[in-house]
Amino acid sequence: MLEEKDQQIVRALADGIPFVPRPYAVLAEKAGMEEAEFLSRMKKLKEQGILRRVGAVLQHRRAGFAANALCVWMVSEERLDEVGAAVSREPSVSHCYSRETAPNWPYNFYAMIHAQSRETCEEIADRISAENDLGKRQTFYSVREWKKAAMRYFC
Amino acid sequence: MLAEFDKAILNAVQGDFPLESRPFAVLAKQLHTDEATLIARLTELKQAGYLRRLGAYFDSDALGYKGMLIALCVSPDWFASVIEAINRYDGITHNYEREGEYNLWFTLQTASEFQQQKILAEIRCLPGVERMLELRSEKKYKVRVQFQLE
Repeated sequence: MLEEKDQQIVRALADGIPFVPRPYAVLAEKAGMEEAEFLSRMKKLKEQGILRRVGAVLQHRRAGFAANALCVWMVSEERLDEVGAAVSREPSVSHCYSRETAPNWPYNFYAMIHAQSRETCEEIADRISAENDLGKRQTFYSVREWKKAAMRYFC
Repeated sequence: MLAEFDKAILNAVQGDFPLESRPFAVLAKQLHTDEATLIARLTELKQAGYLRRLGAYFDSDALGYKGMLIALCVSPDWFASVIEAINRYDGITHNYEREGEYNLWFTLQTASEFQQQKILAEIRCLPGVERMLELRSEKKYKVRVQFQLE
């Protein structure tokens, strides 16, 4: 489990990084520590892979990526890692997971594709299927985003 | 339409945001501008809706959280009330309406199995929820929500 001080850092970052010259000084104050300690702890969390990324997320629709397709396939257990690695190399794939199946739901491999149009999503998904010799695919296009928020941990 | 300078800013800020005392100054230098100009433009791009958030993204597994994708088949008459109920959970961060038999897809992150099961039971009982798929994540191959603007 994460040290209490690191949990404080995660909580302080829940509302994002403010647009001020010394944002970490502001966040450090919230977390009850000095800026230098806050930064060195963030760097350590990053090295450990607990902190995946510090950066911006775009409003992808506004930025021109209007179509998003959730694609699902059935991939045999022994091919999952190989296919997962290959599909992850696709720049237009944002999320790629293997998941447990469910009754009447045999799909275990998931990729989210973002593109300018539905046609492009379809082309990319077809190419991914062909290049990786994947079988039947189901594609679920988004109709509307009802919620998108950043996760608040330890709250 | 985004100007070249704005695209350069949006591409740069999606990368590794500097873990240094004056991160905007560091980034500004790369973009051949100054700290104050960059901060002002970023503020405008956020207000204009191009930028969703500048933040730190943690590996939920490493923090001890469990993730699940859930798909619901919701009857059209109850759609609005189901969405309202679901969006109230803090652990549900993404909720999308999609085409198909399962018309609502969302992710759930919880600190414990108990909490997860409790929330799932509550959702299963919502009026209008006809069927539910619980798709527990096994392996995360990629999470990288970055878009190169050209």
